[in-house]
Amino acid sequence: MAQHQVNYLKDGGLPVALTTIDKVVNWGRSNSLWALTYGLACCGIEMMASGASRYDFDRFGTIFRASPRQAELMIVAGTLTKKHAEFIRRLYDQMTEPKWVISMGSCANTGGMFNTYATVQGVDRVIPVDLYLPGCAPRPETLQYAVLLLQQKIRRESASRAQKPKRLM
Amino acid sequence: MRAYTPKDNVQKKPYYTDRYWVAPQVAKTDVSEDAVFAADLEAIRAKFEVLDAYIQVKQMVVVINAADNFGVIELMKNELEYNQLSELSAIDWLAKEGKFEIFYQMLSMSKRKRIRVKCKISEKESIQSVEKLFRSADWSEREMYDMFGVVVNNHPFMKRILMPDDWEGFPLRKTYPLQGDEFAQWYEVDKIFGKEARDIIGPENRDPARVDRYDTERFARLGHEVPRGTDISQGEPVTPLCYQESDGVFLIEKFDAEKSVVISDRDR
Ligand code: SF4
Repeated sequence: MAQHQVNYLKDGGLPVALTTIDKVVNWGRSNSLWALTYGLACCGIEMMASGASRYDFDRFGTIFRASPRQAELMIVAGTLTKKHAEFIRRLYDQMTEPKWVISMGSCANTGGMFNTYATVQGVDRVIPVDLYLPGCAPRPETLQYAVLLLQQKIRRESASRAQKPKRLM
Repeated sequence: MRAYTPKDNVQKKPYYTDRYWVAPQVAKTDVSEDAVFAADLEAIRAKFEVLDAYIQVKQMVVVINAADNFGVIELMKNELEYNQLSELSAIDWLAKEGKFEIFYQMLSMSKRKRIRVKCKISEKESIQSVEKLFRSADWSEREMYDMFGVVVNNHPFMKRILMPDDWEGFPLRKTYPLQGDEFAQWYEVDKIFGKEARDIIGPENRDPARVDRYDTERFARLGHEVPRGTDISQGEPVTPLCYQESDGVFLIEKFDAEKSVVISDRDR
């Protein structure tokens, strides 16, 4: 047993707070965005830098997970080739609802400079994207800003279970 | 005064023609100039027909019949001490001669010499694998098949190496369009959603630089965000960049710029 007493009401602590369920759920969701490690090309290096100590993604509650089943955010960082398109879709389908996608860098947004036969011209041809992040490669600050924008977006959404899953078609 | 030339459509016209362009030719010299190469060539000539031989950039090039390729490489490996196959691929001359040129780039560590063995086959012909002699030929020959469609006989695992297994077409042929044929352009849509989804998803946008200033379905301006699909032809409101909602966030302390400290010594 803790010896000290915490006055939760006075110190702005947790247990008593009047709010709506939506707000609580969205607070939880938006501040623990666990991202799937999805570095496909050079943008992946910037994504790793965002997770490392200098930029430190953990303080936003964004922790990289190596399994789609534990992740709700997919940061598509890099060039998506046509050969890989099928697997990105499979991994996306394995993530549990609700899930969000950030398309990071020109390649993921539009195919970028790889205007060729082997590159998917934008990941939104395969999976629904919530946020497009321009740049080649975007700096870690940009990715952090994107995550903060996504958090704002999540807080605006309804947390209800009736919310329809996003579909490309 | 100089005559005025309109410059507004300068990108549309080719600004360069290759009318006077002559492909540079690397000088060829006779094999007799190098004693080591001359001896090697004699050894090859003794057993196989040599169509052409010369020295180019200190390397001997030997042109042989395609049917002899295994024999020549075997001879070079076992008797002439060329113990490394550093490169193997094809060149597409289909438009010019109707043939592929196959080349084997070989290195001798003991003689410190390099030799390139070349042969030509037509589109429908196939070539003997040299994988039994050099393991490095395994992937090179698969790549040659993947990119050019040159079929290799007696290969242990003749399968595409870079492109997906169900790919159609050979991308490094000169006739293959850079942005892909119809199969390539719809590949991921066909495979994931099926052909019937083509109408819904639409063709690829092959101009990644295209930005429509007034299209709020696809684009948003930073600091001027509006809900999706809003008509902004009359201008849009300014929404200042903010890391949190302006009235703060539930249960999260608001970042106060006044209280923040700027560290001047970065190496601290
Ligand atoms: S957008 Fe640029 S940095 Fe990112 S994957 Fe493409 S080429 Fe690399």
